[in-house]
This record gives sequence, C-alpha cells and structure tokens, in this order.
Amino acid sequence: MKLPIFLDNHSTTPMDPRVLEAMLPYFVEKFGNSASRNHAFGWAAEEAVEHARKQIAKLINADGKEIVFTSGATESDNLALKGVLEMYKEKGTHIITSSTEHRAVLDTAKSLEAKGLATVTYLPVDKYGIVNPQDVQNAITDKTILISVMLANNEIGTINPIQEIGKIAKAKGILFHCDATQGVGKIPVDVQAMGIDLMSFTSHKIYGPKGVGALYVRKRNPRVRIAAQIDGGGHERGMRSGTLPVPLIVGFGKACELCEQEMATDAARLSKMRDRLQTDITAALEESYLNGHPTNRLPGNLNISFAYVEGESLLMGMKDIALSSGSACTSATLEPSYVLRALGVGTDLAHSSIRFGLGRFNTDEEIDYTIKKVIEVVTRLREMSPLYEMAKEGVDLKSVQWAAH
Amino acid sequence: MGTGMVGAPECGDVMKLQIKVQNDRIVDAKFKTFGCGSAIASSSLATEWLKGKTIEEAQKIKNTDIVQELNLPPVKIHCSVLAEDAIKAALTDYQKKANTQPIETK
Repeated sequence: MKLPIFLDNHSTTPMDPRVLEAMLPYFVEKFGNSASRNHAFGWAAEEAVEHARKQIAKLINADGKEIVFTSGATESDNLALKGVLEMYKEKGTHIITSSTEHRAVLDTAKSLEAKGLATVTYLPVDKYGIVNPQDVQNAITDKTILISVMLANNEIGTINPIQEIGKIAKAKGILFHCDATQGVGKIPVDVQAMGIDLMSFTSHKIYGPKGVGALYVRKRNPRVRIAAQIDGGGHERGMRSGTLPVPLIVGFGKACELCEQEMATDAARLSKMRDRLQTDITAALEESYLNGHPTNRLPGNLNISFAYVEGESLLMGMKDIALSSGSACTSATLEPSYVLRALGVGTDLAHSSIRFGLGRFNTDEEIDYTIKKVIEVVTRLREMSPLYEMAKEGVDLKSVQWAAH
Repeated sequence: MGTGMVGAPECGDVMKLQIKVQNDRIVDAKFKTFGCGSAIASSSLATEWLKGKTIEEAQKIKNTDIVQELNLPPVKIHCSVLAEDAIKAALTDYQKKANTQPIETK
C-alpha cells in the first residue's frame, strides 16, 4: 500500500490509465482542429470528437448532438443559468433552486439577481439534504422560467428526487436544469426518464482529464435554446465558441464509456467499502454522526461529524490520508459548511465534519488503514478536547455561557 | 491553581488553560483545546512559555509573540489571540482564588 491515500474523490479523481491511453494519439500525431473541414488532420479530429460525443451521450441516454462541450461543470452551470435567462427573458425571470447547490449554481444565481436579471427562490432541504418536490411545485409562479436542482450533493452525497421534479417542470412548461456533476458515471442517469432539459457534468470526476465538461441541451420536446456566453467561431452549434480540446474530449468520452460498462460493479464495491468504513468507525467512536441520507446517497460518499473535535485538526492528524472537512478552518470564507447548516446540523458539529470520498482505485487495505487511523486520531484529539472532558463530566454544553470572542 | 477557558464551540475553538503556582511562580501549565491545528499549537506553546515564569512575567506574553514564534498566517491570528485570552483568564482565576489584588488586564 502506498501513502498518502486518496480519499477525496468528490474533489477530483485520478485518471484511469485506459483513458490516458485513448488520449495519447491526439496530442502529437492526430493534433488537428476538429473545425478544419478541408483536410485529413481536421477530419481525424472531428471523427474523434463525434465518437466521444456519442460515448458521452450514451451514458445519459441523450443524443450526441445534445452535448455541448465546455471547460467543466462550473462553466456548464453558468452557461445553463445565464444562457436560459438571457434567451427567455421575455417569458420569465424567476429561477427556483435549492440552498445546498454547488457554488457554481448558487453564485451564478446570485450574480443574476445582483444584476437585476432574475429573482431567485432558494428552497430549503430536509435533514437529509433532500429537496421536497412539493416545495418546488409551491414555489412556481407565472414568471418561473427555470428550475435548477442538483442530482447528488458534493458534500453529503444525498440524491435528490430528480424524476419527480422533472415531471413538475414538464407539466408547467418550465425548463429544468440539473447539476449532475457528482452523479453522472456513479449512478444511472437518464435525461429522458428524469425529464431533464439541461444538465451539467464534468470529466475529471469520473476518471477523465481535467479541463473538459459538458452541458446537455435538449433538442426535442422541447427544443431548448440558450444564449451563448462566449462568442467566436460558432462552435457547438453556436452555444459555446472556442476550438475544441480534442485530446480532453477523447478522454472524457472514454471515461464515460468505462463508467457505463463498470458502473454497477464499481458502485457495489464502493458501497461495500463505504459501509464498512462507516460501521467500523461509528462502532468504535461514540457520538459520531452521519451527515446526509443513510441509504439514498452516492456509493462512495461518507460524511461524519465527530463531536468534540474540530475538522481541520483531524485532517492534520491524518496527514497521510487525503480527506476534506466542512470546518470553517478549511474553507476560504471562514464559515462552516453551508450545506451542513442547511440540513440543520449545528455549527459545532459542522466544524467537526469529515468527508470521505471513495473512488475506483481505492482498496480494502486502504480502508483498513483509514479506519484504524481515524479511530486513533479522534480518540487522541478528544483526550485533549475541553468539550469532551466537560461532556464526560455531565456538563450540558448547550447551557454553558461561552466567553465568545 | 488557576483555570481559564475561552472561546465557544460555535466559533470552532475552545481553549482551557490551567496553571499551577508556587511562590508566585508558575511551576506547571497544561492545556486542552478544541480547535484547528493552529489553535492547538498556540495553546501548547502558551503552556511551554508559562512554565517557570512569575505571574508578572506571564502577564507580558502577547499574542503577537505567539504569531511570530509559530509563523501563523493572517487567517489564524485569532488562534493566538485566544491563547493570550486563555493565559489572562487563567491568571485572573488564580489571583481571584489566591485572594490577592487583581492585576489589571487590558
């Protein structure tokens, strides 16, 4: 076993060697511009791009022509929200989204609001992080033009009832965008069955290269139009100009193909490892609380709060395991995770959360090591925690008058 | 003995600092901290510095000294402030118990 161990697969994933192999010919040998229509270099590149488009579309039950390549999911989210609002501003300016969306959606919505281009409703979630479709229904006004709800949350892995929300959107003739960045390739996604009109996802979360993503834009029932946010050569049916990064797209396509073939076995293996991680850790450590839904979540996700210890110090204590925390100390904003706060998790427990993200290349041996290390470090940090000491003495921490600073 | 506890769980850091005093000199100091790495390091350093100092010398420990010693980045300066507060709180508590004149704290 090699250290450090990578258990932060929600942030990014290592590239699958099979993906790299598929990409290699497109750097030096087949380097053409896929928009060059008049020579063999261009044709070879175009053929590769169109093949990748089909591989990607197949994974989500779409048509290749409905895939718009972008630089990644953040750009896709921006393009979806801004593109729809700009295109349909005569029809409506109201967006419905949820409070636990990724910042790429939330900040785009806020930016549209600040510019006076949209009004936005941010729906609450339940204690598991799930958006209630009834809330979506109730939030609809005659000005609503777009509903944007994520498939699976990046921190807690909770999966939303996308199909139900899609039905509501369809019944009302409102466009439905889904940020499926964490879900695509991990769980089955079917844009037809789910009633999705626009969908953002990216390559580097599914063992493909960084720097390429896609926005699915429905072509039929209804035909969705978006205003381009990057103008130029009119690539991607005019929706996103810029020379296509052919090697990255080839890799993205291969990554999707592998996910399609291996999703079921990957998911089963990851769920099993994840469950063992959860069971062994929570059995050994009292007052460790699961964040998110116990079953309705991504196979590789586990988010636990360890009461009385702070997340960043936990990460520091486990230097040889790459993890992430909802603690304020690990965020740029110095606020604890807004996702956990939206679930109703107390600020103290939000500071104490650790996210484990398992991926295709993790092994049972690595999980064994992680279980041992987590128990050891949490125990050690609790021994030096004044809160743990007080709790052990029977002090109700909620009743203490803290000398806040 | 003197004990000081500062911070709040909601803010992500709580420090408890305890000193043992004999003949106006701190003979031992211990800490317990809930917080990030810098908070734990700041309180640990504080206890190291307190050992062997007189009450008066201990009063002079400043958060800026801790920042300098640990090379804390700007976002972690509050950790050193908290450590200084914990020192002050422990000293005040000791003096209250020892029933001496309280030393002025800023």
